[in-house]
Amino acid sequence: MLHYTLQRAALAVAIVFVAISALYMVMITLPGDPTSVLLGPRATPEIRAEFRAQMGLDDPVLMQLAQFWGRVLSGDLGTDYYRDRPVADAVMGALPHTVALVVGAIVWSATLGILLGAFSADNRNTWLDRVSGVLSVGFIAAPSFVVALYALLFFAVTLGWFPTIGAGEPGDLGSRLYHLALPSFAIGLAWVGYVARIVRASMLEALGENYIRTARAFGLPRRKVIYSYALRVAILPAVQVLGVGIGGMLSSAVFAEIVFSRPGIGSLIYDSVSGRNYPLVMGAMLVAIGFFVTCALVADLINAALDPRHRKLS
Amino acid sequence: MTDTLTIERLSVRYDTDKGPLEALRDVSMNVPAGQIVGVVGESGCGKSTLISALLHLLPENGRVSHGAIRLEGDNIVGAPPRRLRDLRGRDMSVVFQDPMTSLNPVLSIGRQMRDIQYRDGGSRTEKDRRSAEMLGRVGLPDPDGKLSFYPHELSGGMRQRVAIAMAAMMQPKLLIADEPTTALDATLEVQIIELLQELQRELGCTILFISHHLGVIAELCERVVVMYAGETVEEGPVADVFLNPAHPYTRKLIECDPGRLKQRAETLPAIAGSLPDLTDRPKGCIFRDRCDFATDACADRPDRYFVDDTHWAACHHTDEVRK
Repeated sequence: MLHYTLQRAALAVAIVFVAISALYMVMITLPGDPTSVLLGPRATPEIRAEFRAQMGLDDPVLMQLAQFWGRVLSGDLGTDYYRDRPVADAVMGALPHTVALVVGAIVWSATLGILLGAFSADNRNTWLDRVSGVLSVGFIAAPSFVVALYALLFFAVTLGWFPTIGAGEPGDLGSRLYHLALPSFAIGLAWVGYVARIVRASMLEALGENYIRTARAFGLPRRKVIYSYALRVAILPAVQVLGVGIGGMLSSAVFAEIVFSRPGIGSLIYDSVSGRNYPLVMGAMLVAIGFFVTCALVADLINAALDPRHRKLS
Repeated sequence: MTDTLTIERLSVRYDTDKGPLEALRDVSMNVPAGQIVGVVGESGCGKSTLISALLHLLPENGRVSHGAIRLEGDNIVGAPPRRLRDLRGRDMSVVFQDPMTSLNPVLSIGRQMRDIQYRDGGSRTEKDRRSAEMLGRVGLPDPDGKLSFYPHELSGGMRQRVAIAMAAMMQPKLLIADEPTTALDATLEVQIIELLQELQRELGCTILFISHHLGVIAELCERVVVMYAGETVEEGPVADVFLNPAHPYTRKLIECDPGRLKQRAETLPAIAGSLPDLTDRPKGCIFRDRCDFATDACADRPDRYFVDDTHWAACHHTDEVRK
């Protein structure tokens, strides 16, 4: 298990390195640079050139990349062009909000999705199963930003049950969770559908397996056979899909953070990309990709813990 | 001596898209206590349906339409689910055909063996001790260590030993072995058969041994039941049935055993014709179309004809077949 963990972790680091390097190159070669935003339209070409030189933007791309990694490895993510604050501060200030949002969404959607899927498989081809199928597909089909907007309008504006904007009072857990409810509902809803569909399919497959017949032939209670013997195998694909699905959830988080005016990595990236705020973009992306890879890693480890056959990496 | 298992005119029906299909028709057999009884027949003759019916684990579209299954005299057909679940694993247990898929891949051997002891009291340690003792008994080296193993870490032969240990652990009245050696190679087959014989001697349990392998049945069993296309066609002591078959199908089956070939042949001997379509079953004797002895009398379905007290065949021409 330790060997497996190390192997997976090394792979995760490699993925972060390649993804960030590629992103850096793409960003540098895109048209537009911070000088036009920062110095305004009336700056002379000389001033721009001087500024570019000062920022190191005239160096060859690979050299800039090398310098970027050099700084990152020494723990320095650079300085925000516009507000003159360390990028690390900005990113670390935003990260907990996004992590809470995404993890909250995963927890509630996976729990509900697994229960719904198992329940559907247990009651297959009954009207309960069909209702659950229609609901699941409906959840999948609804885009998260639309769900976010309607959830905001309905639950916050019309009914007034939940707060509309912000992330809650610092230090007040209750208020934080209260503000988290609607955004995590919005980005998790589709995943209830995905997880339910996957679990239903793999559950039906598992229930047809010989080892389930064995368990029944030994007189194990029905509940135990279904919710312990079969479900344990059936949730494996769902865990895997959720791990990779964090990427999609992060992009939903961008919308949710904008709609609900929450601080977070999503809104940070959105603002900094439109301002060509390179250090902030890269800092935020580095953390976002790091978070994504960590989640995929955790999913792999959960899978390995649940399924002994996966502990050996081929 | 009472019979552990008596099956009386058992019929099983599946509802299919093409209409009802009688997978088993009037299946009868006696399994005397403390004996090993073999059930032989080709693929599709209803052996697996028979096991599912015995355990009441038929698929959703299947049901027992007629007949009785008596376990030590009590008819269990139509018994309440609670009683049936009590029977499974305690009074009747099974060793399934494919050891590669019949154990749960994500639970350790110890956990699975502990789970099936859920009826017994006792601590986890006690249950584990019983499991290890049983694993040692079926010849698994280092039984205590094996409890933490997962099925994929064991070879096919070892997994089948684990499956046998699980089936024998509750000391069932009836142990059903569903082609337990089909998925194993020949040397392992011999070992598993010796193991079953040993267990039968030590525990004194009754074994219903399902196989399509005549040699194994002859080696292991005292009595044999021959099935064809969902019917029992002959039943009797092994030596009697194999040396002096009373049903044309049994006779053909023995003639076709590759073990009997004395010289090289281009093709293996086979019974001419094919299994009848059970959705559109011919009237009369089920073997009529493939039978050399068939006459007009065979348009009537033959009843059991007793050759002697313990040996019968479902055929109108038993005497001619035995000549």
